[in-house]
Amino acid sequence: MTSEVKGGANEPIRIDTKFKNIVLKTPGGETLKICFQCGTCTSSCPIAKISDSYRPNQIIRLAQFGAKDKVLSSKTLWLCAACYTCVDRCPQGVEMESVIRTLKNLAAKEGYIPKIFKDLGLTVLETGFLYRIQQLRSKSREEKGLPTLPNPKIEDVKKLADKTGFAAIIGEESA
Amino acid sequence: MSNSKFAFFLGCLIPFREASYEISARRIAGAVGIDLVEMTDANCCGLPIDPINHDMAVALAARNLCIAESMGLNIMTLCNGCFGSLAKVNKELKEDRALREKVNGYLKEISMEFKGNIEVKHFIEVLAEDVGVEKLNSFVSRPFIDLKVAEHYGCHFLRPHKYLDTGDPENPEVLTKLIEITGAKVVDYLDELQCCGGTVIAIDENVPISLTRDKLVNIKKAGAEAIVTICPECHMIFDLYQPRIEKTFSESYGLPVLYYPQLLGLAMGMSPEDLAVGELRVKADRVLNRLIQKARSQLA
Repeated sequence: MTSEVKGGANEPIRIDTKFKNIVLKTPGGETLKICFQCGTCTSSCPIAKISDSYRPNQIIRLAQFGAKDKVLSSKTLWLCAACYTCVDRCPQGVEMESVIRTLKNLAAKEGYIPKIFKDLGLTVLETGFLYRIQQLRSKSREEKGLPTLPNPKIEDVKKLADKTGFAAIIGEESA
Repeated sequence: MSNSKFAFFLGCLIPFREASYEISARRIAGAVGIDLVEMTDANCCGLPIDPINHDMAVALAARNLCIAESMGLNIMTLCNGCFGSLAKVNKELKEDRALREKVNGYLKEISMEFKGNIEVKHFIEVLAEDVGVEKLNSFVSRPFIDLKVAEHYGCHFLRPHKYLDTGDPENPEVLTKLIEITGAKVVDYLDELQCCGGTVIAIDENVPISLTRDKLVNIKKAGAEAIVTICPECHMIFDLYQPRIEKTFSESYGLPVLYYPQLLGLAMGMSPEDLAVGELRVKADRVLNRLIQKARSQLA
């Protein structure tokens, strides 16, 4: 697994000194500043165990420095499995997963969004669920004596998507 | 609020791919007196889209919570992901006034309001707390003998600890106790609490394949004959992906993966058909039939 970070490994990292403040002000990003780089997160991380590039403490450090482009364009950001082991073990109370999720949300806003998430987002907007359950499955439910699947009001989902900015991120904002 | 009647939140993955969990859980619920009421207007729990927009994830979870509030019932989930998402948002909205005001601003658009008067529980908690281990024990008519199993809790049942009330995330006990009432013996294995990697399957398949391979190897080494799960995502990686993992690493595990309600149902004397055991990808027949016959003859 490679990180495919923008710019080569030897290129200088662009620093945006205001980036840290944006993260700190975003709900979920508040604890970025209290990380003191003990590395408990990375040593507890199942992904770090098998990946050459995913190191949660490094992501935090880069964000603290203001390496906005490097952090937000990094594909490794999306490897966090949200197992929350780092959150429960951090001796400093850094909400690791929330900070990384905040960075992912900011990346998505900047257009760095894996295609699969765009597709999932569209399915949620169209069906209210993560998957399109085929007619065939609905029929087999009936045969097995299982109740009909929920059918949420899609208008509700669309209104929430517009208000929260979700629709704009996946490019489906209603007029 | 009633501790035997729940708004039933099914989620996405179970009806899409893991029907045997729903079938077996409904059987158990019916047999032990848990009344499940369908949430006909429910939507996705929000968790899968949290990486791209947290506010939308919270709003979707909150909409589900509002539906259960209007039903006057606590929520029961089967999926760890749905449980974690709904329980966390429920607690955050109850405790964080600023967040509640923001989310209620979104919900106003769809004529809903979060009030904060219900709880969210996982099926396993309902079995252990609301039905109770002692009462469940009384239903076991055909306990397993000599069956060694490995348990896999799944991260979102246990973490983040501050939002969930499911025990010590470094040393959980609730599932272990529930398995023991079936007569099966729970064996310890290395890195038991390690994540299966399932949540990033869409980003990089190698993650769940590698992480779950570690677990399968360790489980095999510990001498377990089957794995017990309580989450459809983890189950899918252990069961559906097991042949792929075997092929990738040129190894052979042959470890059947059962949902807890399937294990419990078998010990309660239900048939494998009623519990949809046949839908498992790694066939459990051989191990289970042998053990059940043995148990019967020893009980006679």
